Amino acid sequence: MRPEKISDVCMSSDRNYHGKNGVLRLVIPANDRSVRRGLMTIKSGMSNLSLSQDDWSTVELVIAEVLNNIVEHAYANSDTGLIEAHLDYSQDTLHCKVIDTGRSMPNGKLPKGAPKDVTCDISDLPEGGFGWFFIHHLTRDLHYARHANQNTLSFRLPFESEH
Amino acid sequence: MKLNHKDFDNARLVTICENRIDAVCAIQFKDEMRTLTDAGPSRVVLDMSQVEFLDSSGLGAVVAALKAKKAEQTLELASLQPAVQKVFHLTRMDTVFAIHDDATSAMASIADAS
Repeated sequence: MRPEKISDVCMSSDRNYHGKNGVLRLVIPANDRSVRRGLMTIKSGMSNLSLSQDDWSTVELVIAEVLNNIVEHAYANSDTGLIEAHLDYSQDTLHCKVIDTGRSMPNGKLPKGAPKDVTCDISDLPEGGFGWFFIHHLTRDLHYARHANQNTLSFRLPFESEH
Repeated sequence: MKLNHKDFDNARLVTICENRIDAVCAIQFKDEMRTLTDAGPSRVVLDMSQVEFLDSSGLGAVVAALKAKKAEQTLELASLQPAVQKVFHLTRMDTVFAIHDDATSAMASIADAS
């Protein structure tokens, strides 16, 4: 990852408009507003796929949760971190790899994503912890690695046509 | 974060005038909802028709608003777009909230929903 400070979303893309597949690479600063802008960039970058609203909402939710986790945890108390996302997609599947140089996951492992119990009193309802549940539940081939100072999370999102 | 509200007999309709409730605005949403329920009548209906995207922090903020309501009050939701409905369904939060198809039917219904 490039070390210089980046003030906004940077994107390079290599799309094949005729074959309806492509590659997107984004580098964004690790903050909430850049995550929002990054998701908009991905949406327009993948527009050649004409994804269904349902498929896009899954892509957006999963990538949002992955990026939010990096902002909130890997780069907690830091406002200079960068996040790099590689997206490689076809009509059937999105392959995604997200890299950061923040803190490691707790114990070097993926957090579990068990569903939260909501059959409780209102006062005991969970207000957080849904993010990893969405990621585990909606992705396939979820993998995390820590090498040197770098976290890499990779996963696949099958589109409706494959279901 | 812009929330509009309109008061009816024993009910307050709060309209979210944003298309995203995400990590950028979740805390502000939670705080503003707290103000609106604190000063609100026995029913508060949240019109989410403009919300196209809700992430886990946005869901957490809506749950926090439910937990912050007064004991004798109800907080109901109306007009969930498909991406928002999906988040409520996956987490089973759709079994916790009373959810109306739209704000009009919510305001027309009797105040016995929890």
